[in-house]
Amino acid sequence: MPGLARGGLAGDTARWRHYTLAPAVAVYLALTALPIANLLVMSVHDIRWEQGVAQWAFAGAKHFAELPRDQLFRDGLANTALFAVCAVSAELVLGFLLALFTSRVVRGRLFYRTAFLLPILIPGIVIGAIWKLAYNPDFGVINQLLGLAGLPGKDWLGEKTLAFASIVVVDIWHWTPFVFLLLLAGLESLPQDVYEAAKIDGASAWQELRYVTAPMMIPTIAVTAVFRLIVSFKVFDEVYLLTGGGPGTATEVVSFTIYRRFFTEDRIGYGSAISVVVLFLLTLVIVLALAALRRRRDAA
Amino acid sequence: MVGSRTASLGMHAVLVLAALVVIFPIVWIALAALKTQIALLRGDVFFTPVWTNFNELLFSRSSDYLADFLNSLIVASVSTALVLAIATPAAYSLHRLGWPRWVPAAVLLWSLVFHMLPPITMVGPWYVMFRSLGLDNTYTGLAAAHLALNLPIGIWLMSVFVREIPLELEEAARVDGCTTPQMLWRIVVPLVAPGLAATAVICFVFSWNEFAVALNVTARQTATVPVAIARFAQEYEIKHGVMAAGAVLSAIPAVLLLLAAQRHIVKGLTAGAIR
Repeated sequence: MPGLARGGLAGDTARWRHYTLAPAVAVYLALTALPIANLLVMSVHDIRWEQGVAQWAFAGAKHFAELPRDQLFRDGLANTALFAVCAVSAELVLGFLLALFTSRVVRGRLFYRTAFLLPILIPGIVIGAIWKLAYNPDFGVINQLLGLAGLPGKDWLGEKTLAFASIVVVDIWHWTPFVFLLLLAGLESLPQDVYEAAKIDGASAWQELRYVTAPMMIPTIAVTAVFRLIVSFKVFDEVYLLTGGGPGTATEVVSFTIYRRFFTEDRIGYGSAISVVVLFLLTLVIVLALAALRRRRDAA
Repeated sequence: MVGSRTASLGMHAVLVLAALVVIFPIVWIALAALKTQIALLRGDVFFTPVWTNFNELLFSRSSDYLADFLNSLIVASVSTALVLAIATPAAYSLHRLGWPRWVPAAVLLWSLVFHMLPPITMVGPWYVMFRSLGLDNTYTGLAAAHLALNLPIGIWLMSVFVREIPLELEEAARVDGCTTPQMLWRIVVPLVAPGLAATAVICFVFSWNEFAVALNVTARQTATVPVAIARFAQEYEIKHGVMAAGAVLSAIPAVLLLLAAQRHIVKGLTAGAIR
């Protein structure tokens, strides 16, 4: 009876459709949605631990009212935005150049790609440790090299502007390889016939880059830029190890402010309020960016 | 063709320079791990390598590095296994079991958004939740947090790989009376095996490297390797050599995976971004 067998199979599919998706939905509900709901509730409470039990006292909008006056939070937010723009622009330029060159050379591609993968795979905290040694004013390798060239060494993490730039450099070292990888994948997936046509028309290398490669790569570059800009708000490990936000608030980033308020100072309610604001702002940016990218793609 | 030859040399020069910039700091910290404190502080370029830093790291009473290494292995393995076990059926369900279109759209959107948000914003509520359940400072707590952090990547990547399975194959299996679990286990899993490997490598490395969450939901007994390294760097008198040794050993899994599964890693890192 084929009809019956089909009905049985359809029923089987309908049931298994739910069984197979349920664990993922359960994890999302229990470990992402519920904690975000908790975060909202926590942000309007004062919370203390007494003998391992949380004591909640309603605090209204007090924490949110305090936010605009919190210098650390304001500096953290401003620094993170500046940090994201500086680091990501440099990563895009360098990553694109390296990807372009790697896609053009005949030999050594595997070597370059392998070498450039390293920083993505190394723990962020180890990258912090690497640069902590390199930046050390007394025995760091950077000052040693400067010494060899007869130049005076600097206290790379000790002065405000310099410390910020030093953190940006670490991020560039860490994430240019990732940008490189995405852009290289993009370059390698471009249609080859357009290049052959350009060659037949006698286009120079520059013309080919300007009128063939660049226009076709713009969507990939845009996606990479948006992704990196938002994700760079995650920066934490390197700052934790290298500067702890200092000197002053020169390298304070918003992740570090949350950590400091919530865990170091044990202000659970206020730390939650900062988290809520950051989550809200970033989600807004992500949704707007996705909508803009989708519009572009639909228009193209 | 003289022009293109110079161009090629120039490109190689830039690429080699970039590779040096990447490799040199790593080699430098590996060398620092083999220096005595004095050689390190003097900045000696030529020195007699010693194992004292590694000895102190691994065998001194004040260091928990070996235990922390084991903690990292446990948490990374368990959370990765869970991600694969949950993400694979979920991805198959979303794309091949006839959900209305908004269901996969919503799950994938939430996966993407959650992946892009800073983990530190979630550590607070996780900490409060785990502590209320008595799960703070346990493997369960940290592995659960890493599962939550990596499941979005898992679902996203497995979706890419599941969609590559030819529909005809599934239809043929259905005609032969294959049930959904059989289909998953006998058809889907073998076909997405390379995708599973890529996802596993990525999730393992992310979990192994993760610091912000591990720092706050673990204590001494369950601390992971990144937390241990940070501790060396935070001590009043920084033990640079021991910190360097800890950093070198912690990079071993990543380097081994890089050598063994480079192709998978590239696939895993780029598959989600380019369609």
